Formats: sequence, structure tokens, C-alpha cells
Amino acid sequence: MFKYLKQLTSLVAMVAVLFTFTTETMAAKKSKTLKNTQKKGFVRCGVSQGLPGFSNADAAGNWTGIDVDVCRAVAAAVLGDANKVKFTPLSAKERFTALTSGEIDILSRNTTWTLSRDADIGLTFVGVNFYDGQGFMVRKSSGITSTSQFKDGISACTNIGTTTELNMRDFFNSKGISYEPVAFEKADEVVAAYDAGRCDTYTTDKSGLAAQRTKMSNPDDHIVLPETVSKEPLGPVVRQGDSVWEDIVRWSLNAMIEAEEYGITSANADSMKTSDNPAVKRLVGAEGELGAAFGLDNEWSLRIIKQVGNYGESYKRNIADTGILPDRGPNELWTKGGILYVPPAR
Amino acid sequence: MDLKLQKIIPQLITVLVVVLVFGFFTYNAQINMENRGIDFGYGFLSQESSFDVQFSLIEYDGSHSYFRAYLVGLLNTILVSVIGIIFATVLGVIVGVARLSPNYLINQFAAFYVEFFRNIPLLLQIFFWYFAALRALPLPQDADAILGVFYLTIKGLYVPAFIWENLNVFLYSLIAAIVAIVVIRIHARKVQETQGKQLPVFWIAIGLIFILPLLSFLIGGVSLSFEIPKLKQLATTSFIYEGGLSLPPELIALTLSLALYTATFIAECVRAGIQGVGKGQKEAAASIGLNPNQVLKLVVMPQALRIIIPPTTNQYLNLTKNSSLAAAIAYPDLVLVFAGTALMQTGKAIEIVSITMLTYLSLSISISILMNWYNKKIAIKEK
Repeated sequence: MFKYLKQLTSLVAMVAVLFTFTTETMAAKKSKTLKNTQKKGFVRCGVSQGLPGFSNADAAGNWTGIDVDVCRAVAAAVLGDANKVKFTPLSAKERFTALTSGEIDILSRNTTWTLSRDADIGLTFVGVNFYDGQGFMVRKSSGITSTSQFKDGISACTNIGTTTELNMRDFFNSKGISYEPVAFEKADEVVAAYDAGRCDTYTTDKSGLAAQRTKMSNPDDHIVLPETVSKEPLGPVVRQGDSVWEDIVRWSLNAMIEAEEYGITSANADSMKTSDNPAVKRLVGAEGELGAAFGLDNEWSLRIIKQVGNYGESYKRNIADTGILPDRGPNELWTKGGILYVPPAR
Repeated sequence: MDLKLQKIIPQLITVLVVVLVFGFFTYNAQINMENRGIDFGYGFLSQESSFDVQFSLIEYDGSHSYFRAYLVGLLNTILVSVIGIIFATVLGVIVGVARLSPNYLINQFAAFYVEFFRNIPLLLQIFFWYFAALRALPLPQDADAILGVFYLTIKGLYVPAFIWENLNVFLYSLIAAIVAIVVIRIHARKVQETQGKQLPVFWIAIGLIFILPLLSFLIGGVSLSFEIPKLKQLATTSFIYEGGLSLPPELIALTLSLALYTATFIAECVRAGIQGVGKGQKEAAASIGLNPNQVLKLVVMPQALRIIIPPTTNQYLNLTKNSSLAAAIAYPDLVLVFAGTALMQTGKAIEIVSITMLTYLSLSISISILMNWYNKKIAIKEK
């Protein structure tokens, strides 16, 4: 009898060892970044050093903005709590190194998706959370109302390490205008120098111009010129080589946009579980097994919608209500005349 | 075990550990870069940079290569370092001597200057001179001419450009003057050694350096005219100056803060050097009939310099390295242009940072070698 018992225990032990081994490899297979995030208990997110509407910290250190909300959505999906995010403010220059070196796991910092960044430097762009374009800001008193009035010798303040620096050259070259580029490392210094009168124009993404205008000593003295000189699709970025993590971030963003499309908000998400529309039911976790593919439970998207809100709520809270860009322009849903269109969650 | 082996073994182990640690990091970096799909190589240096730089000593625009962008940054770093070192040295010597002045007001003022500027972080001073001074400067259209031709504005300092005719004749006359002065000095020394007579070399030199170039204007066909900056309107309230030379405010602010900061340390070196020469030396020199000027020139300074030069070399190195703070205020130095923009556009972090580090190392070592050579030249020659 004892002999059998001994054999049985060793068998159980072996099975247990085997089982833990298999669950271990399953989790590892899932995603190293996911595993680390769950172990640490927070999402490591790289944001800007302060761009109202996108990622900005208040006096108490609370981060808000639509870029911040992407990280919060991932935290809600992966950890169940949208507040479990550690934000790392990064300059344009530092951002990619911070991501590739593993200091952060998501870079959500109004970063333009370009071919060379996507293909060259070990990064993967997962989507677009804001369609933008480069523009110019000038002082109202200058009388300039269009970029066609720019003349030789104009000085332009901007950030280093951005697509802006390259677009600016393309723009002025195509117009045959000689210009003086004054490039700073931090956005705050660009604004301070332009505000002081060092430059005739300040150029960056139009959303950035609108946001920074609110920081000027007298915002009404400045206007953003109507011309858009480049395409700047801004979106979150992850490290290359972890496709599960990449999918989690991509679909956390997509879930927010699709929730808006189906009219699911943070307020009505729970009641939508009984909806007649299967697409809605899938998004609130009442149907299907969508979370399993990432190694998450089925309510991952419900938590995003309840804790962070849908894309429209995030936009309204961060960008429209703060007076930065009340008009959604291209960032309206495709069903409402914009170009926000995400693949279906099914 | 014999003593020789005992001495060698710890050293061998140290070398082995260093090599292993270095190898480990290299290997690790390689694996990590491979995993993340980043390739390593310096090929990007010949690619088109496609970004412009505000201020360059050589011809450059975005159609040139990254290597040329590197040269632009390097030259800008050297420029700000050289100007900074010259100003810091002049100011440092004046303040250092002033601290020893018997005049209470002068030495207290010098002491205040030293304590004030060396105890405020350099980055703060750079921001102060850039942003505070920038706001205080007038817009181009409001600027008053200084001496009728200089304009100091928020967009920079505009100075007249020199337009030379027969510049080479002028330069020849200058070289001739210098050669003549050297010959006269050698002759004067010989006269003093053999006959004990002193010739007024200083006044002869002053005369030569003015008269010969003047002659080149009068009979050599040299002429010099100035291109004076003129105000140009870009828009209703937007102006710049055209013609002449323009020095960007970033360069001015950076040079000013670097010079003011480093001069405090040099001043202390100078004071220490002069105080390090024994009082007896001065008294002995005076007792053999040298006048105060000669005491300073022939007895005090040669000894003081030996104390001053080594610590001052350190300050020169510091100034050169500190010039990398330029990135904060948009002065396009090596760090901003190459380790900033170029790094961002290419993503070649390891390559670019390694080149930048090597460059600063070479710059510092060059300054060291130069200063060590000078130090050896003035050192006591044991016979």
C-alpha cells in the first residue's frame, strides 16, 4: 500500500512539475512584455514632457491626454486598473532609445508613423490615435495670413529630432525660400524662444501648435496658418519582436475607437451586455472569446470602456473641452465624415 | 612562489576581468540589437542628411552627408570653445590680479564676482543669458545702431562685413612687420647681453605693426570697405538685417556664460599662482634695482606661470566639455547636431554616441598635449 502511495505521490509531483512547466512556457509564449508587466503590476509608458491634450501632468502629477489614455487603456485591459501606469516623460530625442532599450514598454508620445522609423530602428507602430499635419504659427501683428507670404530670411523655431525638422526643409526648399532653423531640445524652450520674438514662426504638428498656443504669455496674439504642409499620423509605438504585446496595444486603441462607433460609453457599457448587436456584445465581453488570443480574460475591452471611455469621450475630455481643437476634423469616425476607421473586433 | 610571479598575477587577473566585462557588454549589446532588428554600421555617414543647420562655418545644407553634418557640429563646438577660452583667460587673469589689488573696492568686487558666478550651476547661467537677455534685447526694427554700424537685436548681433581688395598684399605687409619685430628682439637681446643697453623694443614693435600695413594701403593698392547691415522687412512687424555678418544670439549667450563661469576658476588659479611666489623673491628683485614692471615680468610671472598652467589646463578642458550644454539653447554644436538630430533621424545610437565620445576625447587630449608642451617649455630647466 505504502509502495503505491509513494508511486502515486511521485506521479502527482511529476504531473504537477510538468503542468507548471507547460503553463510557464505558455505564458512565456504569450509575451515576455506582458509577463513582466503583470509581474511588476504597472504598465511602463513613455509620454511627452508636457503637451496639453496629448500628455500633460497637472500640479499634483496626474497625467491626462489622449496619448495618456492609450496607456491607461492597456493598463485596464492587462492589469484591470487604468491607474496602474508609470509615466516617463521623454524628449523627442530620447524617446526611441527609451523604448528599444526596454526602459518603457509603450511609447505614446505624439509620434509620427514613418517608413524609416517603422522599418529601421527596431520599432513597430501599432496604429494611429490622431491624424495630424505640420503647420506654422505666427504673431498676429506680423500681418501674415498664409505661408505664401513667407520671405527669404525668415527664422523658424522647432524641436530637434522630429519629422518637423525634415518637413520644414522640404517645405522651404520647394518654395525656394532661404530660412534660419532654430532647433531646441525641449518644446518648452521652443515656445519660450518664439514667444520672446527670437523666431518669426513656430512650426510643429498643428495639434501641437494649438496646444502650445495655450501656454503663450498671450495666446490671442498668435494664429496658426491654414496650410498643412505634411501628413503626420501620430500613434503609439512598441518594441519590435513581441507580437502579442503589439496586438494588445493595437486592440486596446482599436477597442476605444470601435466602442465609439457602436455608441458604447463609460456610462452605458454594463447595460450594453444585453444588446441585440453581436458586435456590441463582443466588445463588452458578453459574447465570444476575444481576450483569450492575447492571454487576457474576456472583459478586457469592457474594462477599457468603463475606466477610460471610448475614443470620443477621451477626445472630448482632453482636446475639445480644453479648447485646444474643438473641431475633430479628420479625427472624426468614418461614419461621420472623418477618417477614423479600425478593423472589426471579432 | 617567487616574488616576480606574485606581482604579475593580480595584474593579469585585473586585465582579464576588464576584458571579460567589456566583452560581455559588447556581446550583450550585439544580442539585444539583433533581437530588436537593429543593425550596426557606419554606412549612414555617407547618406544624405536632409536636415538644415542654423549656423555653420562650412558650406552645408540638407543635401550634404551626415559626415558633413558631423563636421559642422564639430567646428561649431571648436568655435565656441576657442572663443570661450580666449575670453575666459583674459577675464580670469584680470580678475585674478584684481583680487590681489591693494584697492579695497577692486579686490572686493573681484571676490564677489568669483563667488557669485562659480556657485551657480552653469546650465542655469546659460538659460539666464539666453532667455532673460533675449527678452531684454530689442526687436530688429527697434534696435539702435552701436557706433553707427553694429546692431544688437533679439535675432542676433549684426556686424559689418569686411570687403577687401588686394588682401594678400595687406597680409604680406603684416607678416613682414612680424618678422621684423622678431629680428629686432633678437638683436636687442644681444645688445643687452653684450653692452647692457636696453632698446625700446616695445615702441618699435608698435610702430612697425601699424606703419607697414598702413603703407600697404597707401602704396600697395589695398583697400577695405564695409558692408553695413541693412534693415529688411519680412512682414508687418517682422524684420531682419541683411548684408554684413550675423552672429546668432545662441552663440553669444553660450560664449558669454561659458567665459563668465570658467573665468572665475581661472581667476583663482592666477591668484594662487601669484601668491605662490615667495615674498622674498620680489624683495630680492627690487633690491637689485628692477622696477615694479620688471619684477612682475622677469621674476614673478615666470615662477607663477608654473603654478597657474596645470590647473588652468583643467579649466580649458572643462570649458570645452561644458560647451555640450549648447543643446539646451539651440546652438548647433556637436551634441545638438550629431548626437541630437542625426541620431534621431538615423536611430544609430551606439554608432553616433561612440563617435561623439571619441571626438570629445580627442579634443580634450589635444588641448592637454598643447598645454603640457607649454608647461614643459616654462618649467624650471635643470642644468
